[in-house]
Amino acid sequence: MMTTATSTPEAAPIPSFDDDEEGGRKLVLICSKGSLDMAYPGLVLANAALGEGIEVHIFFTFWGFEIINTKTMGDLKFVALGNPATHMPNAVMGLPGMTAMSTKMMKKQIADLDIPEVPEFLDLIHESGGHLWACRMSADMMKLTEDDLYEGVEGIISASDFMELSEGAQTIFI
Amino acid sequence: MSVATMQGREIHVDEEGFLTDPSEWDEALAEELAANIGITLTDRHLEVIRFARADQAEQGETPTLRRTSAVGGFPTKELFQLFPKKPAKKLSYIAGLQKPVGCV
Repeated sequence: MMTTATSTPEAAPIPSFDDDEEGGRKLVLICSKGSLDMAYPGLVLANAALGEGIEVHIFFTFWGFEIINTKTMGDLKFVALGNPATHMPNAVMGLPGMTAMSTKMMKKQIADLDIPEVPEFLDLIHESGGHLWACRMSADMMKLTEDDLYEGVEGIISASDFMELSEGAQTIFI
Repeated sequence: MSVATMQGREIHVDEEGFLTDPSEWDEALAEELAANIGITLTDRHLEVIRFARADQAEQGETPTLRRTSAVGGFPTKELFQLFPKKPAKKLSYIAGLQKPVGCV
């Protein structure tokens, strides 16, 4: 077959990276949970968005403070008790030591995929230009100040500040 | 997939323009690909590109940004400077690789 002999050479397509179109896109993630399994969705999405040139802000509120509190951020837990998706009987998962065991298993699964632990993940997001914010009311309730929080957190802000921050953004509550 | 002519030879690319066969790539082609998306290659770009290609050859898939940083040793901030806004995709395009499939 000599089909190529008759075809004319084509110019290669050039990927449209849409740099300009993405210029205005902004993503706000609200992280309100403090368990290991609920910390990752926000971190993964934030990191992916930053890699696509999207402006990213993460607002940590209530239990989400566990993710940015330097005392707890490296030690989040996964609790299988009461979680039907684990397909484990509650009578078993409620026994002493089960949370430690299920946390260890989940951490191993995450590490096997070469996904960083929470503190390193925050470093990655911070270095990629992501903005981290903490909720004023939560900080006051928990008696925490910026000194207690991950160094990349830019500030403790009020709900009204958050409204300004999230103007025009796609907002996801986790 | 289609066949395009670049650097005076036939190159296989997908519908977006990413090379489908890394072995058809050379550094002269990298310069043309980089120019297509407004990047002027420096030695530092080439260091990152060589890492990405070596890693892909070894692992069978294009390294993600995190892997390029963690395993290749290139700081994330610098990768964003070298390949602005969409570093992983731009790097893989210039390196003659497919886009990374990993999430992180």
